Amino acid sequence: MAKTIPAIAVERVTKVFGAGASAVRALDDVSVTIRQNEFFTLLGPSGCGKTTLLRLIAGFDHPSAGTILLQGTDISHLPPYQRSVNTVFQSYALFPHMTVAQNIGFGLEMLGRPKVEVSETVAAMLKLVRMEELRDRRTDQISGGQQQRVALARALAPKPKVLLLDEPLSALDYKLRKEMQIELKRLQNETGITFIFVTHDQEEALTMSDRVAVMSQGKILQIGSPREIYDHPAERFVADFIGDTNFLAALVVSAEGRRAVLRLSSGSEVGADLPEGMAPGMVEGGKVTAAIRPEHATLMTGNGDLRGVLENIVYFGTDTHYHVRLSDDAAFVVRSQNLRDSAEAFQTGQPVEIVLKPDAVQVLRD
Amino acid sequence: MAARSTPAPFTLKRQTGFTAVALTCFVMLYAPIITLVIFSFNAGTTMAVWDGFSWRWYQAAWSNEAVQRAALRSLEIATVASISATILATMAALGTTRTQRFRGLTVIYAMIVQPLMVPEIVTAVALLIFFAMIKVATGVTGIFYLMIAHTAFCVPFAYLPIRARLEGMDLTLETAAADLYATPWMTFRRVTLPLMWPGILAGAMLAFVISLDDVVITEFVKSAGEDTLPTYMLGQIRRAITPEINAISTVLLGISVAVVSIFFLINRKNA
Amino acid sequence: MTSPLDTGSLEQARRQAVRRKWLLSAPALTVLFLAASGPLLIVLVYSFLVAGNYGGVEWQLSGKAWFKVFFQKDIFDDTVSFADAHLTILWRSVRLSFMTTVTTLIFGFPTAYFIATRSPRSRNLWLFLITIPFWTNLLIRTFAIMEVIKAEGVINTVLGGLGLISAPIQMLYTDFAILVGMTYVYLPLMVLPLYASMEKLDFQLVEAAYDLYATRFQVLRRVIIPIVKPGLVAGSILVFIPSLGAFVTPRVLGGGKNMMLGNLIELQFGAGRNWPLGAALSIALLAIVMVVLLFYVRTVERGKSGERQ
Repeated sequence: MAKTIPAIAVERVTKVFGAGASAVRALDDVSVTIRQNEFFTLLGPSGCGKTTLLRLIAGFDHPSAGTILLQGTDISHLPPYQRSVNTVFQSYALFPHMTVAQNIGFGLEMLGRPKVEVSETVAAMLKLVRMEELRDRRTDQISGGQQQRVALARALAPKPKVLLLDEPLSALDYKLRKEMQIELKRLQNETGITFIFVTHDQEEALTMSDRVAVMSQGKILQIGSPREIYDHPAERFVADFIGDTNFLAALVVSAEGRRAVLRLSSGSEVGADLPEGMAPGMVEGGKVTAAIRPEHATLMTGNGDLRGVLENIVYFGTDTHYHVRLSDDAAFVVRSQNLRDSAEAFQTGQPVEIVLKPDAVQVLRD
Repeated sequence: MAARSTPAPFTLKRQTGFTAVALTCFVMLYAPIITLVIFSFNAGTTMAVWDGFSWRWYQAAWSNEAVQRAALRSLEIATVASISATILATMAALGTTRTQRFRGLTVIYAMIVQPLMVPEIVTAVALLIFFAMIKVATGVTGIFYLMIAHTAFCVPFAYLPIRARLEGMDLTLETAAADLYATPWMTFRRVTLPLMWPGILAGAMLAFVISLDDVVITEFVKSAGEDTLPTYMLGQIRRAITPEINAISTVLLGISVAVVSIFFLINRKNA
Repeated sequence: MTSPLDTGSLEQARRQAVRRKWLLSAPALTVLFLAASGPLLIVLVYSFLVAGNYGGVEWQLSGKAWFKVFFQKDIFDDTVSFADAHLTILWRSVRLSFMTTVTTLIFGFPTAYFIATRSPRSRNLWLFLITIPFWTNLLIRTFAIMEVIKAEGVINTVLGGLGLISAPIQMLYTDFAILVGMTYVYLPLMVLPLYASMEKLDFQLVEAAYDLYATRFQVLRRVIIPIVKPGLVAGSILVFIPSLGAFVTPRVLGGGKNMMLGNLIELQFGAGRNWPLGAALSIALLAIVMVVLLFYVRTVERGKSGERQ
């Protein structure tokens, strides 16, 4: 069975800025493997290290420790012009003294490709991003969305092995951003190039990616498909950063393999999933935090897993959020879709019970 | 019956008398120069009584051999000095801007702008003494001394606009070029240099004007008979004043105005 | 357990970058050292030598030049007294430079304010107008003033023609002429830094002051002037220092009698034939300039550390 070489392999990379007491560890022993032809996203808040990691892959900086491999070759200390990796910058960084066509052809020129090949590729790229009429415009005369597409075309023209995108959609307005998300996905499919996408917008990450790496404070907390990350967050930070979450304090009654039985504050017991890296023996008998999404809970008047008082009802058009104060004083939010003629009408102040969907409770690592 | 006029609306920025003083200043700044220019066309020989329009002083200056030689020398020196100073200043600007502080950066910067801080007469005296020493030791004379002196004090004038232009440049552009397979030299040639060019041009023009206009240092460093236009004029002012000086001044004025105008136009286009 | 940090190659890359920067600056530094900074050291050395008989120096160490800067010896009875001529000239230089600074301030402040309060479109035009005199030849401008104030010049001709005066006013070859000349020549040097400060003035602060019952004058004194103080100080320095070392203007407008420091220095290399004295005077001038600059840097630094007015 032939193992396909990963597009990018980051092995135990650390990056430290500064020295001594004021040293900042932007990346701390980070390892990740990105597959060929994958749309991979680095997701996290500002300062988490995602842009630093991107810059190390691109070659604009060198790791303080660890290696970076491009299709098996060690590129850790190669200059950027010797790596078959191209970047779409957050500010686009289009050359203002050149036209759109000259910008797009720049990489191929630098590689010494013959003029015919360059102009053919430029034409193909213009067609790909649908910018043919603007080919001879100067780049400071086109709109932000158009600049973004030129930046994309410019980075794709030299047919790199990997394309890096540093929050490319952050400057666009909502509608344009949605269009570009679809556009990027289409491009990735058509060209077959591995995309590594950096963003702080979790919605973007979930909609576009094949896999997501959630980062915080220089470490990768969890890697998985959007569904895995959303349904089975392994850490409190991941659960909190993506979507809304309810956190429950619970006691582990028993644990086996990847499942455990938890006793909640109300006394009821529910089944829950254990995250990777948490052995059953470690947690049996101990206190843990569990997470469950608001839409995986249902509000009832009786027979629930949790008991509390309904404090607030917030109407959102498509959904309604019910804010409940549980018996142990914790807050809990239940989300339910406003389908036609939903049966029960609740009122604030009313004692309520909450039913948790089986298999939706996740024990968190911290 | 006159109606009561409404009080003037409140103007935030007005200060009593400032506009009047300012406008007077502008008039006073230009009046002497304009008078000078007008009287260069005077058919008479004084600079107070208008005798009619004439080109005679321009013709006189044009055919005056001393003026010709001085003019040529001024242009020679200014061209060499501005080109040399601009090249030196460009390299120095690349070495001192957009960089993390390293030991000696302040010293380099201080040395480059030092001619602006030291009174011109002190520099003139220093060069006089220094070049005299060398002349005695080696016997080498010639226009070279003036050229190197001019190059030196033109460097800061070329350096400052180039530095300003460089500092305003987006660093990401060069990163993008490297990302697109441009080696450091190619990045410089195809991205950095074209974007710096307006600054370099501005620096060169400034240096040219400064060299052309220099009086003090040239006066001290020159050997006998090695006049530039300004030193020629200085000599004439002591001896015999005729509107010929007005004519020469007007021409020099014209050059300065032309250069400053181009400088402003370039800057405005790239603001 | 993390792998050991590869600080070696990063540090090496950094050192290489610094070396490259020095190499880029090296040509400029060499030229400037040879033709600007280096010779200053030679001047210092020369000030301790002995004057040669026909100009130049003789290589013997002596403090005579420095002595002559401040004192003079009576040739008959060897009594030492202050060098009156030199002190008069020094005093004239300081006095005129100071007055020039004041007059350029009085005229320059409203001018800078005027330009700063024009609409952005016309502002460029006004800046252009004030920059042009700045880049024209110093000699030409001085000459222009000379033409205007001399006995047969425009002012006297006009005044005489109008019958306001019976005889031409002697303005040329006086301290007044030098003052007028230097003010004229250095005015743009005061306006430009002042303008730079005023351009950044947030007029909402002025609005706030008016809102709090200030009069126009109080707004000027208590709000505008304190805020533009950096430009004020910069402009003053930019005028005072060149004035102190002025040579052309006092020579053309002052005639031989009203000498300033610059003329005194030049004299030593011409008819005076006392190069060491000239060198010593130059160093003295340089020293005064350095002191003023130090004072400026100190004021700027104090301002930066958030000193409250």
